[in-house]
Amino acid sequence: MTEFLRISILPIALTLAAFRIGQLLQNKWKTPLFNPTLIGTVLMIAFLLVTGMDMADYTVGTAKLSWLMTPATISLAIPMYEQFQMLRKNLKAIVIGVVSGAVTCLVFLLLGCLLLRFDPALTVSLLPKSVTTAIGVPLSELYGGMGGVTTAAIIVTGIFANMMGPTLCKLFHITDPVAQGVAFGTAGHVIGTAKANEVSPLTGAVSSLSLVVAGLLTAILFPLLAGAV
Amino acid sequence: MKYLSQFLMILGFSLVGEALQRLVPLPIPASVYGIVLLFAALCVGLVKLEQVKEAGGFLTSILPILFVSPAVGILENWALIRGAVLPIFLLVAASTALTFGISGRAVQWLLKKGGGKHD
Repeated sequence: MTEFLRISILPIALTLAAFRIGQLLQNKWKTPLFNPTLIGTVLMIAFLLVTGMDMADYTVGTAKLSWLMTPATISLAIPMYEQFQMLRKNLKAIVIGVVSGAVTCLVFLLLGCLLLRFDPALTVSLLPKSVTTAIGVPLSELYGGMGGVTTAAIIVTGIFANMMGPTLCKLFHITDPVAQGVAFGTAGHVIGTAKANEVSPLTGAVSSLSLVVAGLLTAILFPLLAGAV
Repeated sequence: MKYLSQFLMILGFSLVGEALQRLVPLPIPASVYGIVLLFAALCVGLVKLEQVKEAGGFLTSILPILFVSPAVGILENWALIRGAVLPIFLLVAASTALTFGISGRAVQWLLKKGGGKHD
């Protein structure tokens, strides 16, 4: 058994298969709870616990995939450029909206963590939870955070924004499609953007521009906040 | 061979990003430098959209798969967070709702003030 568990392409094959199962579940039942990254993660954790596959073997195995993270994240600049061209007229409002949302989020989280007397490593792991994983995880790790906790918090955030977004729009009387897009992208990154795309193409475009701007802004503001942890 | 040259172009920006992360004494992730530089290069016309579009589209579409492995890493941190799962969840949910409301309200107010133009 252990012999099989050490086959070098096994971690990647299993990860892709686990993700694919999540995708199939989501196609069948259209709920953000069946987020493929979440389902894939739960299945992989179950597999590691059941079979006793070594965590180090899994990490080394998937490193053959993980190096694509930087080029894939950088590619977010391409849709950002396309939306930037399209949304020029509303750019000022979008940027101010993202700034106010991102600053509120960071300050609220920092105060919450300090009030709850969280461990500094946990606080740093939670601070980037509203931005896309591609920016949030390296940010957390650069400041001594735990990548796994950050990823989990980011996914939970996205699912919450996706599911509660329409209710929150009513609650806060956010009726304008551009305003809704900024809210989905700033609060719920890529997973929130999936819901924004269902609302309208304009809302989706604004959301995907907002999520990159929110990520960049959080990276810039992070040193100021991490100092207070 | 279009995809190969597009992929190489994106890899080039990745390398510059990684180099900057090592050169600049600020904890900014390589990908952040890369996004800013590629975006700037597209804006000034140094890089054309058709030099990166398809390979970039493929790469962004596989991003969610790449997060499974780091998320599994939570297994190693479980001991530290197991006692605080509920407060963590409530904090995450409350901050998300607040961020959603504030950013949405701010934009709506600004657009109304400026006459609200869409296109």
